[in-house]
Amino acid sequence: MIRSHPARMAAIAGLVVLSLAAAACSSSSSSGKPGGGGGGKTPLTASAPGITTSTITIGSHQPLTGIAAPGYDEIAPASNAYFQYVNAHGGIYGRKIVYKYLNDQYNPSITSTVVHQLILQDNVYAIFNGLGTPTHLAVAPFINSEKVPDVFVASGCECWNAPSTLPDTFGWQLDYVREGKILGNYIKEHFKGKKVGVFYQDDEFGQDGLKGLTYELPKSQIVSKQNYDPTNTKIGPQIAALKAAGAQIVVSFTVPAFTAIMKLTMLGLKFNPQLVVSDVGSDPITLAGLLASFAKNKTAGFGNSLTQGIITDAYLPSTGQTSNSWIQLFNKIHQQYLSKLPLDGNVLYGLSVGYTFVQAMFKAGRNPTRQDLIDAINGGIPQGVVVAPYAYSSTDHNGITGAYMAVVKNGALVPTGGVLVTDDTPTGAITADSTPQPDAPASGIPSP
Amino acid sequence: MNSSPDQIFIGAANRLAPWVRRTTGRRHVALAVAGAVVLGLASILLDQYRDYQMAEVAASAVAVAGLTVLIGLSGQISIGNGAFMAVGGYVAALLFMHLQWPLIAILVVSTLAAAAVGAIFGVAAARLRGPYLAGATLMLAVALPFFATRFSGLLGGDQGLGFFVTVPGFLGATFSPLRWQAWVNCGAALVAMVLLANLVRSRIGRSWRAVRDDEVAAALAGINVARMQILAFIISAAYAGLGGVLLAVVVGTVSPSLFTLSLSIQLLTAAVLGGLGSLSGAIWGSILLVIVPTYLTNVATSHGLTQATSSSIPILAYGLVLILVMLAFPRGIAGGISRLIGQAPLSDSESPTAPPTSWRRRSPAADRKEKGRT
Repeated sequence: MIRSHPARMAAIAGLVVLSLAAAACSSSSSSGKPGGGGGGKTPLTASAPGITTSTITIGSHQPLTGIAAPGYDEIAPASNAYFQYVNAHGGIYGRKIVYKYLNDQYNPSITSTVVHQLILQDNVYAIFNGLGTPTHLAVAPFINSEKVPDVFVASGCECWNAPSTLPDTFGWQLDYVREGKILGNYIKEHFKGKKVGVFYQDDEFGQDGLKGLTYELPKSQIVSKQNYDPTNTKIGPQIAALKAAGAQIVVSFTVPAFTAIMKLTMLGLKFNPQLVVSDVGSDPITLAGLLASFAKNKTAGFGNSLTQGIITDAYLPSTGQTSNSWIQLFNKIHQQYLSKLPLDGNVLYGLSVGYTFVQAMFKAGRNPTRQDLIDAINGGIPQGVVVAPYAYSSTDHNGITGAYMAVVKNGALVPTGGVLVTDDTPTGAITADSTPQPDAPASGIPSP
Repeated sequence: MNSSPDQIFIGAANRLAPWVRRTTGRRHVALAVAGAVVLGLASILLDQYRDYQMAEVAASAVAVAGLTVLIGLSGQISIGNGAFMAVGGYVAALLFMHLQWPLIAILVVSTLAAAAVGAIFGVAAARLRGPYLAGATLMLAVALPFFATRFSGLLGGDQGLGFFVTVPGFLGATFSPLRWQAWVNCGAALVAMVLLANLVRSRIGRSWRAVRDDEVAAALAGINVARMQILAFIISAAYAGLGGVLLAVVVGTVSPSLFTLSLSIQLLTAAVLGGLGSLSGAIWGSILLVIVPTYLTNVATSHGLTQATSSSIPILAYGLVLILVMLAFPRGIAGGISRLIGQAPLSDSESPTAPPTSWRRRSPAADRKEKGRT
């Protein structure tokens, strides 16, 4: 503490004046007005915080630097690329989307800071696609207490499906329990009686995935369950244990880096089981890059040779399906707005979730309040870019309900079967969804 | 805004001055009361985001204060105080979840829990010096978060535990939760600061400085060196623990990714930026740590830089600020401020005169000068 009184007073007074001045600069929130229903001629109004007559400002927290950044830092720029495409083609009822995504370094403390900033200072209309389970859990109660739409969280945790406690929060991607069930169902049908080992990340991602898997697979078929901590890359003992247990199939709920380390560790141990990898850690382009970099092998095709034959599931069209109308659309947008990044699974994810947001915004109406967006999603979102229907209703805030199985061939996903949908309960059946996926709109923008 | 609250406040302070000057303890209390008035007014006048930032600064300042006393006064180093913050935060969340204790009891008990862990570690720490102590505390910061995933049933694993402080009923239903959090955090921080300021000025504080400057001389003067070092470690851990609870109040949850190694390093940075050993420096360092990244991100995004570039700028600026402050004010911001306003040389408790001697031997001349002053 400073010694003399006048100096201390001056310092404190100075601080107060400074902070007052700073406060005067930050704007206050505008009050919401009832939203228009979508009538063609209604004039555009500033119908909610973050919405002006010409813009819709939304915010997000993303790991742009730090441990979770490689790969995941492509998602927000990809969503933004889709928004730029929409903005260049008429916007949402004429409004342009302004997407402000801030770096939280995958640290909940920073997530809290940036989300408070986005909501209290920047007055964003909604928080969109906030990435990560521990990070987003830290802010979801605050976002809900401010009645800000918290849409399409980038995490497959079931925690986002809590309409009673988190009424404004919505998941998007296939949750890990459903994913585990679909993988388990495939193994049950195609590898009957084979010994299965499981390698999973020791958090809700791996545990929920394992839970879903055991809903489908007989207990006796799983010979070993090994987990890893994402901060420790030494996984030799776990892989050796899987080998010792005689696993013929290894199911992995791993992030891409650990899928790659697992594969290389298996090579070192001359252990060559059939790999079944969760969607989270199976993007062939990301994997090939990681494998080449970890093994320090620059030989062309080295990465692809190691991913060959990996079985996985997917809830978005594969970038290898060049005749798919969605992939054609995304290729076009990618070339125009995002050519610096490869069109890999993360970019596909960002573009797709961006599309879903635009769908929801069109449905929310011409002059939407925040509640209008919540109501629009509770009323259901048409399937669009994803391969299975959404679960959205006022009592279910899960997103995508199903996936198709695929195998990696020459660095691309090749579907091996139709789309399967299920729920997240232990007994819920897995059924084929024969409804064909709708084609992408010719304009590339969902119709209102 | 008019400045009348400040004028009233300064007038009242002047009338109280004779009473206040009589003892150090009273002065600290008066200063804290004045601080409480200013912060209370500020939180009412300013918008909710400033409330949030005030709560953030308060949480950080408490943890940094504990660390700056440990390093600047007792001459030990800790790169592991983030781990003690985790202890405080997790104990608070567990008490909140399972026992629904009142907030004040949670604050006290979690602080004591962190102090207890600090005591165990302090016994080991008192045997280590310099880089070895730094290494041991570093180990603590790296290892402790793993408990949360190892005992995920109790500690919630990667998701962590929720800790939501609700506004008490008497303030009314419309009272902002963010303002209440700011009040809780600033109140707790002020009380903690008064206690620490008094401790630093007491016989214990003098003993710490004696131990820091020369362990042999201190022992010859009758000071139990090991006990003093352990005590400093306990105090530092307790303050880190309280800081951890306050951080949990701000964030609303505790999880392993909240208490990473980088948090411990940040505490160290804030202590060095503010001025090692200085409590006001702990506040300055914390303000800088909270305000600068947000401000720079805003500046960077508003100047049309791409998000990828602007998100890296705060990290870059962080390093630059550290280098610049160290070049301009080697004794940190607190030292720099007293130099700028032409204050008489600071007393030892306000700012260290040099890095602790456990890292670097001081010249006999410096020692003589130091002794002449005390």
